[in-house]
Amino acid sequence: MSGSLTIQSVGPGVSVQDLGRPGYLAQGLSRGGAADTLALYEGAALLRQPVGAALEMAGMGGRFVADRDLRIALTGAPMRGRLDGAPLVWNASHAVPKGAVLDIGGASQGVYGYLTLGGGLAVPMQLGAQSAHLAAGLGRVLKPGDTLPLGQDDGRETGLTLAVDPRWQGGALRVLPSLQTQVFPDAQRVRFTSSRFTRDARGNRMGVRLVPEGEGFGLAAGQTILSEVIVPGDIQIPGDGAPYVLLSECQTTGGYPRIGTVLGADLPRVAQSPPGAELQFRFVTRDEALGIETAMRKHIKGLARAATPLVRDPHEMPDLMSYTLISGVTAGEELT
Amino acid sequence: MTQTSQNGFPRIEPVGLDGLLVRFGDTLSEPANRAALAFRAAVERDSPDGVEEASTSLVSTFLRFDALALRPETLTHALHQLLQTRDWYAAELPEGRRLVTIPTVFGGEDAPQLGEAAREAGMTAQEAVASLSAARTRVTAIGFAPGQPYLGTLPEAWNIPRQTALTPRVPVGALLVAIRQFVLFSISAPTGWRHVGQTAARLFRPESDTPFLLRPGDEVRFPQIDAAALNRLRAAGEDGIEIEALS
Repeated sequence: MSGSLTIQSVGPGVSVQDLGRPGYLAQGLSRGGAADTLALYEGAALLRQPVGAALEMAGMGGRFVADRDLRIALTGAPMRGRLDGAPLVWNASHAVPKGAVLDIGGASQGVYGYLTLGGGLAVPMQLGAQSAHLAAGLGRVLKPGDTLPLGQDDGRETGLTLAVDPRWQGGALRVLPSLQTQVFPDAQRVRFTSSRFTRDARGNRMGVRLVPEGEGFGLAAGQTILSEVIVPGDIQIPGDGAPYVLLSECQTTGGYPRIGTVLGADLPRVAQSPPGAELQFRFVTRDEALGIETAMRKHIKGLARAATPLVRDPHEMPDLMSYTLISGVTAGEELT
Repeated sequence: MTQTSQNGFPRIEPVGLDGLLVRFGDTLSEPANRAALAFRAAVERDSPDGVEEASTSLVSTFLRFDALALRPETLTHALHQLLQTRDWYAAELPEGRRLVTIPTVFGGEDAPQLGEAAREAGMTAQEAVASLSAARTRVTAIGFAPGQPYLGTLPEAWNIPRQTALTPRVPVGALLVAIRQFVLFSISAPTGWRHVGQTAARLFRPESDTPFLLRPGDEVRFPQIDAAALNRLRAAGEDGIEIEALS
């Protein structure tokens, strides 16, 4: 049971994303992959399948129709999801009958929503991954009329939900020192951790620009830095003094000084902070950072167990008549 | 100990939670560049458990590892031991190097910042073209974008800074200059370097069996052609690139 998913209409920033393609740093190709990898893991957990490729939807989704029965999970930035007009719960998995129209509208919070398909996507691998690397011109955003091959789905379960800590409104980002942290004057480093920053309108899968509340940051004029390796999370200070936090599709080397690097565990929050969101930075020790990384991996491992049956509000049921409501028990397979 | 230390280098520094950088210098020099390339090759031949990836930039080797599987102290120790096995600054360039000739339009509408860059370098536009098109450069690093080379080293006059502001976008195949180096863009991207030349080169071809055209160590020349010749290449879907093996 493979089949395909047709994209009838689509927002401007929808692409196939997985965990990216590590291993090409030496060739100048950054890992790429989902801007919010946690949302990918959540989608996989809700469908009880291994993490793989999903549709990443920047700002808004689209209209999708499959030529076979389908299971889906909706994760990441909450968006307005509807199935043949009936609202769908976000952070949950759902059954989508063959031919039913799945509409995913704009994000009410955050930036990147994710549509994970039961059985994944059977789009070909390129350089070891299925994800589009938009900055590298590897793959592209989806267009109306595109048809994506679906993977074979051996799972049956739907109707699961996950309680997700909101990561859509900015907040404090935990930071380790980077290569040039010590080159910045003490006063700037102090000001960096006491300042509030606003997420600028400029931002994409490569990185997001943050506008400081006061004056900008930077090294003394004439201090040039030799181009050096860049990793996602690096906080680069370009000439205009406004920090740029680099994300999964970042460049692999760069010559602007970096004042710190955001922990991987906090990158989903950077990616999901919409324009106008307020962010701050806090330096942590390496031991703290290790503890945070350990906790994050444990959290991801525990997601499948944390996915629990969705308790449905009868008022939101799209097809109340098809549920057998005897003694208050539903016959829906998704609740077993 | 056979290692030639140069002003406190090589030095090992952390990069985020899961990276270590072995720096062979803080300015671009040929011995440090050769050291970085050779050290990466050695690490790849015999990489400690937990090391997931190695790459080089101009004068350093980067290692990414699993932060929960390998302690940075353990890896640092192993790297120090490897550093002491030889004089890395005396290492040979990588094997299989090639001379790559890429026809280039300098200045004009195709490369609008030639005049500005020439002024920064204290040359007339004509002198700048003569200098840049005669330079035989070497790929010192691949980075920033897929297959995209840093090429060095240009004459001292080209030790010009990056611009303060970013150019919003340069096209694929753009040749840019700053700090005695060229970068030849493999993608269309914003940049702080100055756009002095334009080629028809496509350095990253994800659909190809050999997606990355250039390798560290390759030598590259940019002979001048005129805008009409570039247009003819583009119209024919060609890049005019010639490649020969260097013995």
